Amino acid sequence: MAEFRMPSLGADMESGTLVEWKVKPGDRVKRGDLIATVETVKGAIDVEVFQAGVIEKLLVEPGAVVPVNGLMALLRGEGEPEPVSPPPAPAAPAAAEPVRHLRASPAAKRMASELGIDLGQVHGSGPNGAITLGDVQAAAVGAPPAVPPPAPRPRPVDAAAAMRGAIAAAMSRSKREIPHYYLATDVDFGRAQSWLEQQNVKRPVTDRLLPVALLLRATVVALAEVPELNGTFTDGAFHQSQTVNLGVAINLRGGGLIAPAILEAQRLTVSELMARLMDLVARTRSSALRSSELGSGTLTVSNLGDQGVGLVFPVIQPPQVAMVGFGRITHRPWVLDGHVEPRPVVTASLAGDHRVSDGHRGGRFLAAIEKLLLEPEKL
Amino acid sequence: MKTTFRAALREAHREALLKDPRVLLMGEDVGRYGGAYAVSKGLLEEFGPERVRDTPLSESGFVGAGIGAALGGLRPIVEVMTVNFSLLCADQILNNAATLLHMSGGQLNVPVVIRMATGAGRQLAAQHSRSLENWYAHVPGLRVVEPATVEDARGMLWTALQDPDPVLIFENALLYNLEGELAPDAGPVDLDTARVRRPGKDVTLITYGGCLPRALEAAGQLATRGVEAEVIDLRTLRPLDEKTFLQSVRKTKRVVVIDEGWRSGSLAAEVITRIVEGAFYELDAPPARVCSEEVPIPYAREQEQAALPQPAKIVAAVEALVSPHG
Repeated sequence: MAEFRMPSLGADMESGTLVEWKVKPGDRVKRGDLIATVETVKGAIDVEVFQAGVIEKLLVEPGAVVPVNGLMALLRGEGEPEPVSPPPAPAAPAAAEPVRHLRASPAAKRMASELGIDLGQVHGSGPNGAITLGDVQAAAVGAPPAVPPPAPRPRPVDAAAAMRGAIAAAMSRSKREIPHYYLATDVDFGRAQSWLEQQNVKRPVTDRLLPVALLLRATVVALAEVPELNGTFTDGAFHQSQTVNLGVAINLRGGGLIAPAILEAQRLTVSELMARLMDLVARTRSSALRSSELGSGTLTVSNLGDQGVGLVFPVIQPPQVAMVGFGRITHRPWVLDGHVEPRPVVTASLAGDHRVSDGHRGGRFLAAIEKLLLEPEKL
Repeated sequence: MKTTFRAALREAHREALLKDPRVLLMGEDVGRYGGAYAVSKGLLEEFGPERVRDTPLSESGFVGAGIGAALGGLRPIVEVMTVNFSLLCADQILNNAATLLHMSGGQLNVPVVIRMATGAGRQLAAQHSRSLENWYAHVPGLRVVEPATVEDARGMLWTALQDPDPVLIFENALLYNLEGELAPDAGPVDLDTARVRRPGKDVTLITYGGCLPRALEAAGQLATRGVEAEVIDLRTLRPLDEKTFLQSVRKTKRVVVIDEGWRSGSLAAEVITRIVEGAFYELDAPPARVCSEEVPIPYAREQEQAALPQPAKIVAAVEALVSPHG
């Protein structure tokens, strides 16, 4: 029997509120299926299952606040035999064992046991969602429970304040624990811009590539050269990641930001990165992120160019160990072959975790980005 | 007839002094001054200094003398001004009064009655505002009672005097001015049972002493919101009348205990433990308590009031149990 537990959707998450189950007992699920929606301070997230099997039992009710890693459901693996239900004992209330992990009052449990009611199917209206005697009585007569289920998406009273609190916690931790060093390099973006223009002529308007796609691609490729910027620092040690889950800082319209990750970005072309980024932005703003996209980033990029910012000093998202910033692409005087000429220039910056890497390696990383952007066709 | 808690106590003392020549009253200022809370006003004039005796400010001394008088065959009523000062005679109460019967192999009963005021709420500051009933209710060998109505103020003393063993009577000082209806033939009451002071079906409020009027007020407010609270007055804090409150909780399935003592190690804790032991499978919500905040009782009026159990706190505790949470 496999267990499905509340995932950590970010280093700052302590618990989540189950909004709804998208599956019911008996449903067959495969790896990656969305099985629940969970509300966090960063919005409602669709949560995936990482194991194939059959849903055996849902252990928490919508509305329940479940701590990270708290048990939520049981899955029966493929090929695992169905549990043999014991033959009903004669004249004994065998039907409803008190269900573990369910909050029910002692009186409710006893009555459910006497009446043979499955508490897993009863809505709890008592303190902290506990099932009360009245709920069991209501279930017994088949009537709806005395209190209707709550609105499907219980947002915190002040979602913006909660989000701000979550950001504050994560960023305070970052500045407290991570010794940041900062580097920046100006990059001639002229060839990259020409290449983009050539590409976009061939594309429909809706599929046009934006400069950010090239910047993301250059970042991913440069990581292959300096892999010690890609990973997490946990339990006092750096863990280098084999894949690049590229976090992208996305501003929310209501304030605050989220940095969900483009998973396995090292496999994606420029064009695919563009499509994934657009999809991610749209889903972030409509609160339809997947659990695997949160808390799994291995390096994050903050692109504040469209805000007119020249140089970004990023604050690393713990437990990651580096963050890359890109400023505005703007025409500046640039010396090329002994002549000054106006060229589109972008400033790439890096915040690195000094526990893991040094300025020397960080410099190589920025140099790699510059070299890649000078040869965009190779990206 | 209408009377006050204080007048009912005085009448109880008169009756005892009249009915039994072995009864005497002793304590600080009980004679010429008429008692710190004016309970014994006029008794010195009526019964004389042999039977209404002013004592020095020496709790250990005069409580010890009371215990000795009881051993010698008298029926002394010893007034300790307040529970705060009883700490000075705790040795006499615990090590002598409560244990002599046991240590003498059943030869020495100690038929002493010790009265003391208790409680906060009158801006007398931390060291004069204690509620330590639970300290005494902890001790085998003592009976501990606390009247909260004029009827009990009138009737508990005589019954206590009939007990061959020590009885402690706590009087919450806020109750002395309490007015109530008393039957003209009101007399002794039992010291064994709790009483239902207001019937109800949705939640049981268990309390005693100075918190009873507050619990009744909370029950009145709850009634206007459709919650019928049953209010139980423990009356006897040792031994506890489990039967009455377990019966009520079995009916209502929910309980809030209101106790002016601090919650850690409180009588409220004892009552709830007994409910969990005796009626666990009847409970439909976690038992709750409203106790004094765990601070030395503040002097400043607003802070003092905020530290004590109040009707609004009781109502909030009940609503947390009975309101649907969805």
